[in-house]
Amino acid sequence: MSDFKSESNLEKVLKAGHFAFTGECGPPKGANVEHLKEKISFLKGNVDAVNITDNQTAVVRMSSCAASAILIKEGVEPNFQMVCRDRNRLAIMSDILGAYSLGIRNMLCLSGDHQRFGNHPEAKNVYDIDSMQLIALVKKMRDEGKFMNGEDIDVPPRLFIGAASNPFAEPFEFRVHRLAKKINAGADFIQTQCIYNMDKFREFMKRAVDMGLTERCYILAGVTPMKSVGMARYMADSVPGMDVPDQLINRLKGAAKGKVAEEGVKFALEQIAEFREMKGVAGVHLMAIEWEHKVPEIAERAGMLPRPKV
Amino acid sequence: MIVADRKPLSEIQDMIKGRDNILIIGCKGCVTVCNVGGLKEVRILASSLRIAAKKEGYSLKVDEKVLERQCDPEYIEQVKSTIHDYDAVISMACGVGPQFLSEAYPDQKFFPAVNTTFFGGAVSHGIWEERCAGCGTCVIHYFDGMCPVARCSKSLLNGPCGGSNKGKCEISKDVNCIWDMIVKKKIEQDRLNDLLNFMPAKDWRTARDGGPRTSRREELIQ
Repeated sequence: MSDFKSESNLEKVLKAGHFAFTGECGPPKGANVEHLKEKISFLKGNVDAVNITDNQTAVVRMSSCAASAILIKEGVEPNFQMVCRDRNRLAIMSDILGAYSLGIRNMLCLSGDHQRFGNHPEAKNVYDIDSMQLIALVKKMRDEGKFMNGEDIDVPPRLFIGAASNPFAEPFEFRVHRLAKKINAGADFIQTQCIYNMDKFREFMKRAVDMGLTERCYILAGVTPMKSVGMARYMADSVPGMDVPDQLINRLKGAAKGKVAEEGVKFALEQIAEFREMKGVAGVHLMAIEWEHKVPEIAERAGMLPRPKV
Repeated sequence: MIVADRKPLSEIQDMIKGRDNILIIGCKGCVTVCNVGGLKEVRILASSLRIAAKKEGYSLKVDEKVLERQCDPEYIEQVKSTIHDYDAVISMACGVGPQFLSEAYPDQKFFPAVNTTFFGGAVSHGIWEERCAGCGTCVIHYFDGMCPVARCSKSLLNGPCGGSNKGKCEISKDVNCIWDMIVKKKIEQDRLNDLLNFMPAKDWRTARDGGPRTSRREELIQ
């Protein structure tokens, strides 16, 4: 992994051997650019790149491409997320070209939450291609300079290709194989689902290392600090594919009054400390959902600052 | 078979409002098998409409008829002599029936009494499940006889997605995750390697996405 595939800062940080630290930001439910800029201000300088979600949980928001372009103007590197739920292959390829033209250099390829979760459950779902095929498509566009149909692209998009992995979704025994499949399809980096079950994640990483996957791809461990017991219960019961051990819920419950959020942050910091030492983990992806203002403090306390200049 | 659900009585009543002489035509094909549009259901709908009309204080004449199939002009022909004796006709066949009837008898008004839903079968008495999406390019042999195009909510060819949970789909605890079933069967039969192959994007031209489809069998065309 020596030559750069893109001009992405995240790629340079990872290739220089630094422990990467990425953040996440949901675009506004409207055209409130000021609110987006305010959220970004907490992330600027504290992370290497910021994931911009694409109509996450199938709720309509400002487009991830447009919000990513706003980030670039603000001097923050976006990781442009794209789901297969809302676009067919024509729209996908044209958005990839558009995103690259606007200066976007990282792209995370996802299937997307089914629209039945969201605020327009009446919508038709697209799923012309799946996330695996999307990864392969971005790679083909970048490395071969070809569209899906084989026609030449006039200036191919040079993107650092990301994909997601959920080590906790079932069937567990297949998850590491699906990770391998994504890497074979062309993923340069992986961001995992939020990790709470550390035992299971250690086992997952051990398998990934044994299979040689971490030699071929950078794995960023997903961390979302718990703000409250209610949030932990909601994550445990209502978010698909989430594994929240009772032990963690009890730990939060046991925190002194007004100290639950601090306990959640402490757990996240312990996780980050372990990930820094864990074989095969190349960084942390911090998803501080609607808690962006907390990122500077978490980054500082986790010893992630200052971020490397590469 | 083609599976359908009966429309609510009130919707059918609204369709035929202002008409007092109706024919209901059932079909002995799929809708008889899935208990929605055969002889029995024609009789039930006819009685229900008569009773409802009586309650509302007007008289409604409803005749009943069941054709062998409504997707074949040969059988559609059988109602030629009587079809114009009515103010309107209700078809209890799948969506094909009222269309074939309309094409054969352009002067008559046809109403659908059922909502056609999917290609599937009865998994137990009274429960039908979708099995086929009619995509025009069958791939079930890659997935041990289970179709992810029809049965995965996202039609993933390289599943399962991260929303698979205890064998259920992320959209509902009532929906099985077909990818969970595919993976488990492959593991049981020691053929997990089959799933490590990348499945390329599907050519949707053979599906409805390629436009309305026609199947031509040259050897049968006279």
